[in-house]
Amino acid sequence: MDMQAAKKKLGLKERYAVMTRGLDWTPSYQKMEDIYPYVAYEGIKIHDWDKWEDPFRLTMDAYWKYQAEKERKLYAIIDAFNQNNGHLNVTDARYINAVKLFISGISPLEYVAHRGFAHAGRAFPGPGPRVACLMQSIDEIRHAQTQVHSISNYNKYYNGMHDFHHAHDRVWFLSVPKSFFDDALTAGPFEFMVAIGFSFEYVLTNLLFVPFVSGAAYNGDMGTMTFGFSAQSDEARHMTLGLEVIKFILEQDPANVPIVQRWIDKWTWRGYRVLTLVAMMMDYMLPKRTMSWKEAWEIYFEENGGALFKDLARYGITMPKCAGQIALEKDHLSHQAWSTFYNYAAAANFHTWMPDDDEMKWLASKYPDSFDKLYRPRYRFWREQAAKGNRFYSKTLPMLCQVCQIPMVFTEPGEPTKTCYREVDYRDDKYHFCSDHCKKIFEDEPEKYTQAWLPVHQIYQGNCFPEGSDPTAEGFDPLAEVLKFYNLEHGRDNLDFEISEDRKNFAEWRGQATRNI
Amino acid sequence: MAVAAIKAYDFPPADSMDMFHGAQLLYIGWEDHLMFCAPFAFAFPPTMRFGDVVDGVLPGSFGYHPDFARIDWAKAEWFKSGKPFAPDFGKSLADNGLGHKDVIRFRTPGLTGIEGSCS
Repeated sequence: MDMQAAKKKLGLKERYAVMTRGLDWTPSYQKMEDIYPYVAYEGIKIHDWDKWEDPFRLTMDAYWKYQAEKERKLYAIIDAFNQNNGHLNVTDARYINAVKLFISGISPLEYVAHRGFAHAGRAFPGPGPRVACLMQSIDEIRHAQTQVHSISNYNKYYNGMHDFHHAHDRVWFLSVPKSFFDDALTAGPFEFMVAIGFSFEYVLTNLLFVPFVSGAAYNGDMGTMTFGFSAQSDEARHMTLGLEVIKFILEQDPANVPIVQRWIDKWTWRGYRVLTLVAMMMDYMLPKRTMSWKEAWEIYFEENGGALFKDLARYGITMPKCAGQIALEKDHLSHQAWSTFYNYAAAANFHTWMPDDDEMKWLASKYPDSFDKLYRPRYRFWREQAAKGNRFYSKTLPMLCQVCQIPMVFTEPGEPTKTCYREVDYRDDKYHFCSDHCKKIFEDEPEKYTQAWLPVHQIYQGNCFPEGSDPTAEGFDPLAEVLKFYNLEHGRDNLDFEISEDRKNFAEWRGQATRNI
Repeated sequence: MAVAAIKAYDFPPADSMDMFHGAQLLYIGWEDHLMFCAPFAFAFPPTMRFGDVVDGVLPGSFGYHPDFARIDWAKAEWFKSGKPFAPDFGKSLADNGLGHKDVIRFRTPGLTGIEGSCS
């Protein structure tokens, strides 16, 4: 009897081939178009799925092992942070409002990204992108979970986070990130990949994660910082996937170029509008600033993105047209956004406040062309009024942009004292937009955006009150009822930071931790 | 252009006038007063007098601003969709030609916000 020679162990490359592409097969009793019904209708032509180059050679078994190791470390740090009352080590309690913004505005997007990549992966006939989408899909749900776990400790002590997912689906400003992702999720798989994989994960991600994570690091929030670092190796993989998607689609057929260009134009703008929230977080909500929004935009978009689009020029792709307008807005974006939340502080799940003198000085130095002239007088007035017990709360609902769903707070490009109004007549109705870019997005697909769930209009239609409430009853208070619908408590979750329970509690607890009282 | 879809794509708009229980939407902005971060959205019956909007509603929405009390309404300039507009305060919104989701704004000459900053 011959001895059975042990089979040679597979090399990494072979192993990868067997565990990914080797898992695919050609169907014999079903038609390809029945199995993959979403792959053709967007007009993208793919001739050879095997030309897909896997940007990272990771097999599923290695993925589990690697991620499990990372999460063990992450949870050890989160435990230590929680046990040592790490929340009392943040710079000051205002910082926690950035965490609230993150958990209600961004973490739910991680979950939707999980669904989106699962759907896109299922829709692609090629095994290469399918496996890459599967891994990213799992990454995204892990991120949602680790963020919820990291931030849950703050929820034990501070207000506004108790029902973040409920809020995400209802609260007026959270319709901005929500509708952004819903727009991508309801597009075809190729548009989803360009929207989220490329425009968001590749072009704009550094403007989302770096500010939040370095903001956390600068402000003593070890919990948030750690999940950020833990997610970073995944993010690097996502960026590589995003770039590969673009190159693959563009190399497959020249007819794909104009479609992809339209998507890049659209999604860079859509993503940028969502980043309005990040801009104000950086300039106003971090007690210890990392850099200004304007500086971040210049480094991460104008420099890095500029180099990227130079690289893509060989495929016929050009810099998104909106970049010109964004450059004009960078002196104003964060101030206009913060003013908006100051106006509507009664209807949000976090607190706002006026910057102190040192912070005004910082803002003036970072925004020499705009702050002292346009925004300081406004803040000075608001501060004086607040000191007299007359803090400004706008009680009338704002007009919204039909596409980005942000109140119409943006000004004409180059004319920062004139509100930018755009409108289109479509079928029987008028539609309004904050900008030429949102208007263009609408005009390309009006049937889609006429269905937008605009919070202000929904309130006026009577769809945002708790079940059983009667808007015709005497003494009906619409704002109070809307807050109940949001599951927010007036006077606790909303209003100015100065009068908040968060501020009072933080001062008291920190006092107990540092003094003998 | 039209939306790309796998089959017929036809859905009703979310904000047609019939959804607003007899009211129609009207958006109103005040030029040079960006302390109010955006124009306001209102739901009014089309039969409401224009003057009642100005006298009865706008003070609650814009009255916080110190300029508001100084407005001389006879001198205010009105715009509808950006074009000059001459509302008749005694007539209804409908008779002033204001339909569902129209946008109007007013400029108050001489009043340019906090310290002239258009805030």
